[in-house]
Amino acid sequence: MKILAIETATSACSAALLIDDEIKVEFKLAPREHTRLILPMVELLLQDADLKLTQLDAIAFSRGPGAFTGLRIATGVTQGLALAADLAVIPVSTLAAMAQSAYHLYGHSNVVAALDARIAEVYWGQYYNDNGIMKPSIAEQVCKPSETPLITIPDCCAVGSAWAEYAIELNERQGSQLSQVDSELNPSAEFIALLAVEDYQQQKWVDASEAQPIYLRDNVAQTIAERQKNA
Amino acid sequence: MLVLGIESSCDESAVALYDTKKGLLAHQLYSQVELHAEYGGVVPELASRDHIRKITPLIQGLLKEADLTLQQLDGIAYTAGPGLIGALMVGTCIGRSLALGLGIPAVAVHHMEGHLLAPMLETPQPQLPFIALLVSGGHTLLVEVKQIGEYKILGESLDDAAGEAFDKTAKMLGLGYPGGPAIAEKAKQGREGLYRFPRPMTNRPGVDFSFSGLKTFTLTTWQKSEQTEQDKADIALAFQTAVVDTLLIKCKRALKQTQCHNLVIAGGVGANTALREKLNTLDATVSFPRLEFCTDNGAMIAYAGSLRLAKGEHEEARITPKPRWPIADL
Ligand SMILES: Nc1ncnc2c1ncn2[C@@H]1O[C@H](COP(=O)(O)OP(=O)(O)OP(=O)(O)O)[C@@H](O)[C@H]1O
Repeated sequence: MKILAIETATSACSAALLIDDEIKVEFKLAPREHTRLILPMVELLLQDADLKLTQLDAIAFSRGPGAFTGLRIATGVTQGLALAADLAVIPVSTLAAMAQSAYHLYGHSNVVAALDARIAEVYWGQYYNDNGIMKPSIAEQVCKPSETPLITIPDCCAVGSAWAEYAIELNERQGSQLSQVDSELNPSAEFIALLAVEDYQQQKWVDASEAQPIYLRDNVAQTIAERQKNA
Repeated sequence: MLVLGIESSCDESAVALYDTKKGLLAHQLYSQVELHAEYGGVVPELASRDHIRKITPLIQGLLKEADLTLQQLDGIAYTAGPGLIGALMVGTCIGRSLALGLGIPAVAVHHMEGHLLAPMLETPQPQLPFIALLVSGGHTLLVEVKQIGEYKILGESLDDAAGEAFDKTAKMLGLGYPGGPAIAEKAKQGREGLYRFPRPMTNRPGVDFSFSGLKTFTLTTWQKSEQTEQDKADIALAFQTAVVDTLLIKCKRALKQTQCHNLVIAGGVGANTALREKLNTLDATVSFPRLEFCTDNGAMIAYAGSLRLAKGEHEEARITPKPRWPIADL
């Protein structure tokens, strides 16, 4: 199985190439440089593996939640490459990839991944280990730190930028269930690729034209009618 | 050479196929105008969200329409700027990645060069050299085009663009968005000669424009009126006539100053019938692109891109939107 993965949802930028049990990764913490970095990363991975895009089975991408523009970069690049080589596309949750990363780093079976969503909100997801694959235990959501779903399982690992940005509020609400916090863990294409494997085997893929970000926050502007109602 | 063009600088997702031998083969467009109308203007985030939904399906539909495959493309052109950063990002991401995947060259096109060259998509093509009047939502420019790729800006707006003036004035009069067509429609019921609006910057030399004062004048006139529907129509007409007259005077000057006899019109305001009629009275050969190529479209990007690709220009494998990209940098 050969899967290329693209991840640009936060200030990190990465691409990964999974060939059966092996994953090669290009990763850089580079705010606002994604547009310059991502395609060369893809080229390098393919070159090193001596592969053509058309020889791949699928492209996986970090579909969000995350920074809106970042999500569209990964989505746009994925659409373009997949369309060119007629490849299946596998959208993977950014938060799930972070949880998967935490599982590999720390061996934790229960992970809460939370990203700073700006305007005093967080993107929130909870995951559990199912045979080495992190699965969601609740639906991902965007909410205020003080309204995050209460974690019911003790000894959880918390990862993602929200744990630094909203440290006080989140610790007050969830701290008692946490045994580890890593607010510097960023999503990586490595775990996007890994999580895509099962979906690929189960044929949970979409066409290039159907590859879309999941923003979670959909109310981004007020219509004239809404403004008048609120005035 | 077969080129795919992608436009996504503002609120239209558009694609086209241009063949350097056969000409324009197909073009498709998805307009977000209705979406943004609900908000009273373009919401950049919503524009970006629509582009990422629409562009790839548009490309697929376009190829189907032309009965061609991606593998037959020789190059890809996309609007890199100027425009909304998030919107440009989508088109450049998809365009650049698609070219990389196909192993063909890609070229970043300047949106205004696209507009400027849109009249070249018509037969007969305008003769070079020509003067281009570029009047859109974001720009008002008079450009001397000695040859393709060589642009000298003769004049530009010091404040609002002509289309912007239409849009803002329409908003003041409660005529909705986009304002250009709304004012033109309302003006049809207007009575001529009731008002005399200023023709800004026509009583001094030069071919620069300024529309902000005219907008204020219109507002004051409207506020002083009884604000009936008839007043609205009369004022819409007076405003439109003032803009058209101003553009006419400046075009005349630009032609004279450069001793050029060809004028081409481009940009959304070029769709205005009153403007077309007035400019046709000039002692010059005046060319307009068809209405759908006045506003944003993919054909002009595919065409401008094909010329640059034919000259051997291409972009490296980087995604490079340029929201602020002066046309003088070309
Ligand atoms: N019939 C008309 N009369 C006057 N103005 C018009 C007419 N039709 C469209 N317009 C104006 O044209 C503008 C849209 O043109 P266009 O799509 O070329 O510009 P844009 O994409 O907004 O700006 P730019 O191309 O500078 O980035 C709007 O301001 C609109 O009001």
